[in-house]
Amino acid sequence: MVEVAFFAGAIGALGGAIAVIALRNPFYSVLALIVHLISLAGLFLLLHAEFIAAAQIVVYAGAVMVLYLFVAAYVGAVEEPIWEPIPGQRVIGPLLAAALFIEVSIAVVGTSLASIDTEGPTIKAGFGSPGEIGRLLLERFLVAFEAASMLLLIAAVGAIVLAGRNRNPSDPKSAA
Amino acid sequence: MDVSWYLVLSALLFAVGACGVLLRRSPLVILLCLELMLNAGNLALVAFSRSSGNEEGQVFALIVMVVAACEVVVGLGLIVAMFRRKVPLDVDEIRELRG
Repeated sequence: MVEVAFFAGAIGALGGAIAVIALRNPFYSVLALIVHLISLAGLFLLLHAEFIAAAQIVVYAGAVMVLYLFVAAYVGAVEEPIWEPIPGQRVIGPLLAAALFIEVSIAVVGTSLASIDTEGPTIKAGFGSPGEIGRLLLERFLVAFEAASMLLLIAAVGAIVLAGRNRNPSDPKSAA
Repeated sequence: MDVSWYLVLSALLFAVGACGVLLRRSPLVILLCLELMLNAGNLALVAFSRSSGNEEGQVFALIVMVVAACEVVVGLGLIVAMFRRKVPLDVDEIRELRG
């Protein structure tokens, strides 16, 4: 049963990822990424990371992807030219990616960590529940938690400065 | 399921994301491929958290999600600013900073 769920999630995640890079219209790429993220949330559930799975769906597949969809609709379909600026880019790119995959897989499979060839130790009830994660965030990782909230604030202000209305009075476009 | 399955899947997703960054030229799709790579890293973090039996890896994954959200916000702001200034949305056209 766990195997079926794992392979369903893995096929969804992999198919979504390949669709993201293969579809030519950015709007469809964003939709494929939503499929990918929801499949990954299922895999997180299999790994007993309930809070991460919920956050993945609500924050990522919900909020962040809506942002992407708005920008993809605002910018519209961008024509990607057929010609290759670097000769053979379409051949070398996948080859390099395959080399990266093989290299990381050798590193993972050839590691001497014995625990990755098991299902992991037996865990207590409530592993990965919101209560446990919240306790860790507010006790052990309080500094990281506060730094993350500051980072979010700075990013929000930065985005408004970057994409907001141009306030330069010498620019004739801002008068409109 | 052994944890190594999740790690190999994570490596595969990371490679797919890297392939997208190498192949595509629209900055929006390159941002999407960065998301793919960050999520592959998240999957590895959560898998290691399961294999070591404590939840600290999951907190790491949460912080990665926060950083990814910040990166998305700033990246999309840049794309909107480029679109407004009629800069072509093609990473091969934007090369003023190239040495």
